[in-house]
Amino acid sequence: MTTRLAEGGRLINRGRALEFTFNGKTMTGYDGDTLASALLANGQYLMGRSFKYHRPRSVVASGPEEPNALMNLGSGARFEPNQRATTTELFEGLQAQSQNHWPSLEMDVGVVNNYAARFLPAGFYYKTFIHPRSAWKHLFEPFIRKSAGLGKAPKDRDADIYEHFYAHVDVLVIGGGIAGLTAARAAAAGGGEVMLIEQSAHWGGRAPVDADEIDGVSADLWVKNSIEALEEEENVRLRTRCMGAGVYDHGYVLAYERLTEHAPQDGLPRHRLWRIRAKQVVVATGAIERPLSFAGNDVPGVMLAGAVRDYAVNWGVSLGQRTVVVTNNDDAYRTAIALTEAGLEVPAVLDARIAPEGMLIAKARALGIRVETGRGVAKVLGRARVTGVAVCEQASDGTVVEEIQCDAVAMSGGWSPVVHLWSHCGGKLIWDEAGACFRPDPEKAPTGASGEAFVTAVGAANGALGTAEVLADAHRIAPDGVKAPVAAPEEAAPVSPVWMMPRGAGHKLRSKMWLDYQNDVKVSDVQLAAREGFESVEHTKRYTTLGMATDQGKLSNINGLAVLSDALGAAIPQVGTTTFRPPYTPISFGSIAGAARAETFQPLRRTPLHGWHEANGAHWEPVGQWRRPYCYLQKGESVEAAVEREVKNTREAVGLLDASTLGTILAKGPDAGRFLDMLYTNMMSTLQPGRCRYGLMCNENGFLMDDGVVARIDEDTFLCHTTTGGAEHIHAHMEEWLQTEWWDWMVYTANLTEQYAQIGVVGPKAREVLELVGGMDVSKEAMPFMTWADGELGGINVRVYRISFSGELSYEIAVKANHGRALWDLIAEAGREFGAMPYGTEALHVLRAEKGFIMIGDETDGTVIPQDLGLDWAISKKKEDYLGKRAQARAHMTDPERWKLVGLKTLDGSVLPDGSYAIAEGQNANGQRNVQGRVTSTYHSPTLGHGIAMGLVRHGPDRMGEVLQFNRTDGGTVEARIVSPVFYDPEGEKQNV
Amino acid sequence: MSEPVSALAGARFDGFAKVEALPPRGMVTVRGDFESAALQAAVRSAVGIDVPETGRVLFGVGTAIAWLSPDELMVFCAYDAVPEIVVGLQNALADTHALVVDVSDARALFRVSGLDVREVLAKLTPADVSPNALGPGVLRRTRLAQVPAGIWMTGESAFEVMCFRSVAQYVFDILKGAAIPGSEVGYF
Amino acid sequence: MLILRCPYCGVMADETELVPGGEAHLKRSGPGSSDDDFEGYLFHRENPKGVHFERWRHSAGCGKWFHAARCTVTLEVFGTYPAQVTEPPQEIREAISSKRPGWSWREYE
Repeated sequence: MTTRLAEGGRLINRGRALEFTFNGKTMTGYDGDTLASALLANGQYLMGRSFKYHRPRSVVASGPEEPNALMNLGSGARFEPNQRATTTELFEGLQAQSQNHWPSLEMDVGVVNNYAARFLPAGFYYKTFIHPRSAWKHLFEPFIRKSAGLGKAPKDRDADIYEHFYAHVDVLVIGGGIAGLTAARAAAAGGGEVMLIEQSAHWGGRAPVDADEIDGVSADLWVKNSIEALEEEENVRLRTRCMGAGVYDHGYVLAYERLTEHAPQDGLPRHRLWRIRAKQVVVATGAIERPLSFAGNDVPGVMLAGAVRDYAVNWGVSLGQRTVVVTNNDDAYRTAIALTEAGLEVPAVLDARIAPEGMLIAKARALGIRVETGRGVAKVLGRARVTGVAVCEQASDGTVVEEIQCDAVAMSGGWSPVVHLWSHCGGKLIWDEAGACFRPDPEKAPTGASGEAFVTAVGAANGALGTAEVLADAHRIAPDGVKAPVAAPEEAAPVSPVWMMPRGAGHKLRSKMWLDYQNDVKVSDVQLAAREGFESVEHTKRYTTLGMATDQGKLSNINGLAVLSDALGAAIPQVGTTTFRPPYTPISFGSIAGAARAETFQPLRRTPLHGWHEANGAHWEPVGQWRRPYCYLQKGESVEAAVEREVKNTREAVGLLDASTLGTILAKGPDAGRFLDMLYTNMMSTLQPGRCRYGLMCNENGFLMDDGVVARIDEDTFLCHTTTGGAEHIHAHMEEWLQTEWWDWMVYTANLTEQYAQIGVVGPKAREVLELVGGMDVSKEAMPFMTWADGELGGINVRVYRISFSGELSYEIAVKANHGRALWDLIAEAGREFGAMPYGTEALHVLRAEKGFIMIGDETDGTVIPQDLGLDWAISKKKEDYLGKRAQARAHMTDPERWKLVGLKTLDGSVLPDGSYAIAEGQNANGQRNVQGRVTSTYHSPTLGHGIAMGLVRHGPDRMGEVLQFNRTDGGTVEARIVSPVFYDPEGEKQNV
Repeated sequence: MSEPVSALAGARFDGFAKVEALPPRGMVTVRGDFESAALQAAVRSAVGIDVPETGRVLFGVGTAIAWLSPDELMVFCAYDAVPEIVVGLQNALADTHALVVDVSDARALFRVSGLDVREVLAKLTPADVSPNALGPGVLRRTRLAQVPAGIWMTGESAFEVMCFRSVAQYVFDILKGAAIPGSEVGYF
Repeated sequence: MLILRCPYCGVMADETELVPGGEAHLKRSGPGSSDDDFEGYLFHRENPKGVHFERWRHSAGCGKWFHAARCTVTLEVFGTYPAQVTEPPQEIREAISSKRPGWSWREYE
């Protein structure tokens, strides 16, 4: 039984008890506990079920490497799955549920998989579920779906908020153990801006647990002193609960800070994602202990030796009354010593090495602990809880020489440097034969923008083990004159690699040796993968699932690849590791999103008239990041009815349009005319001041990219209107050509889109409305079609353009944005007696489609040239060059088979489906029906009372009157006749009045 | 003329830093050759300040000039003073290749102030906003979350932020979010 | 996540303040050019493992286009320079030579 010891626990405050629930049961822990230590203290060693076989599992580690103790935490809008109990700090009211079991943790139906284990070997999903084919849909897939995935997905919108923070430092030290502290002090002495981050809530790492002395004082005190000294430094910043998540190119580092996770509250950021630019990154991330591969090494009660000692020393929790220690290195003796000193029994230390000698071994022996060398665990006894171990010679097939009764096993397979952050950005590793581990290759560090190394690994992360060695390694980055911290050197026996225990274990034992606890991958699975030809470690990973999921193989990778290399008969460095990818441990999606959520998910652009629209029934449509009224709903009105009313009212009386989103770009200079001649397909340099001209813009591929009206302001100055979506990128397009190709041309541009509110006054009564507002002559004589004039309306300075996108008499009035609303109100007021109503984007579309005006993005899709749209009249034949001209001469562009623009009218008056294809005889090479055209715009025309459409059809303009079949979404077809795309007022009499 | 109405007139938020939308201000874009004597003289006589050096902003009496790019300046002045300044500059530059245009209504301005004001900015921009990089007289054009913006100091612990008018609400909202009381970082 | 010095502003600009613009030093082929030349201009691009020249725009800053000489393998930046040139400037080529002797890119070395 796991329990709280009567004394000890350097991190807990026994004076402050906290209540929490686990699977609905109320339990008590202490301030300073992790969820894992609190559960163990409550005797709750069973913490979850394994993924594949649903085997009962307990916690095996004490830090972020934990693969088993994953929890659903919280509820409702604060529910979060797959949280490690070992890194979850206890707080009052915490709710935790174990995962991956049904109906309950203690009694789980899925455990039958355990007994069917021989049917679920490595790669089972590639093999087992293939035949019979028909079973896939009804049997296999539902089964896999039900069992797939860890934890439950949250159902509610996250109640919390998150934020980012950008920092720029000279040196970032990742890891707050004694190596990180030493490195930070060294870096601080160098004078630059230094930041030191530590993933846990505590400084010092393992040293305080292992009770080393540094500079003549206890490690605990040394850590405290070091932090105090660093806090004194102006140029040092310290953050706990802040994990180095990823190291990226050019010194970019993501760090993940947990702010209120341990004390949830409304209205404050829960996580903060640090985006750090560091000139130098020091990786002081320590090392992770490896499990040993012996049969039954996943039975609850088996734990990493370092973790056993952490629970005892940090949280005053014992894993059991009698703990057998099994090891291949000296460090595990610390556990035997710590447990004995805490008054617990250690019936034996099983050391796989032949005759190790060292200070710790001697100390253990001196305490009367029985040490058996050359021995290991043949198998663990007990199913849901350790009841003992069967002992064997390590150099044997597992013949049992003795059984020892115990309720806990502390194992240590040696320590692996945490090289993840070193490796993220390209740092290479070397195999350290003596340490039996991969460690950073100092010759092959990640390099930054200058080409120089920007990451340094220090301490245990660099393969240094033992306090004295760690301190010296971290101090090597210090400038001269900084005092080095000192600890007594240790005499230790070398670690001896043990990848399987015992060495000659047969299949039965190997199929109970877990490598990856989270994904249920055993020694036998990796060996099977090797036999089946998976020689690459990356392939073996995918095939067996070794090292996948939330822990990414922190415990299993090295053991797994050692087994693989043994099976392949290749050396470990030749097999290599899988790729280390960020983040180091999982981080919340909320932290990645930061401010990009809810109202600020994306910038929402508003015109100066936004408020009026909102107050007058606007039914919004997103147009890029803009919000534009699709239509304005009157009381009880449907969207369709509103659009119909707005179209009719504009045709018959007068409509008001907020056209502020259209781009307005000024081009000025002696070469402005020449420049616009290159940008537009038509001739702009011949435009007279005071006049307007419609123009088309193509890219160098010849494809139509934008259109709009250009107004010539004076000899040197043009104002170019773009589409709503075009303002920014057309301005950028202009600047790109001016800056990178024609930089000697004298032209300046300015994007004035947001300087103005632009108001369309459209319809037969438009002139009367403006005359009532008063202030300038808007008569046909003073302001004919396709001209503009500056003036005043209602006392407000305006520029009025007589241009039309509806076929009606139309004025577009530009007014400074700060006066936009005032002018709109004046016009709306004056328009009342003429029946003026606002209209939205859908009415705008219907009005233009009735007139056969193209719309960029409807008639064009990035593959359409102006010639396809019958716009040859807008392409200058005189110009030697314009952007796109050469491309439009390519064979494919002049092919007579290209589809061309026509109008389409259904025989039954219905509206053609959007995007519908005109079918043709026969089938193509893929067995699909041949096609001969497609619909690009389609609407119900309130003016004409039937459906109208435009489309691109092969030889379309030559086939007037022909009837085509268009497919419908229900599988049927509908007949439509090819007609002129201009459905309304073909002579243009209405706009030119 | 009617009363000018800026995008978010009067909006404010009191967090650990104060965020205020500012009333209309005159802004004039000047593009031209900074090396030319004509442009230097024109700016000096119309605004009373010299052309600033790369990346900097110079302040006058009720006016300021910011360097926006190697051929673009922004003149700040009172909203009502714009026509006079535009005409003055245009006349002085009539014989030069230059562009002078009023952009006062195209942008929104915010004032962000308070002891930890740099932290509000550092939550939103990848630019270095430490005192060493963004001290008095520096104007940094960058992005705030997802939109372009300009930032410069106007006092001991106060910055002004300039963005496009259409995203004024967005910028106000993200500044507000970054200044939530209790979310101080304690970094600078 | 790159960080490049804008040669106009002088500031270190984060990749998210920049917009990439593909390969630098393209020569435009206009009307009258051969199909092969035009195809090369429109579609053919270097894909080097090593030294490369590319275009960037300081879009969330001064708005100007500049060029960067960069190693596509290590992301080492040899230099950035204004876009108003038709070929890599001498000092940039020398900077590359000092780090990558014997480099070549298109017709340059």
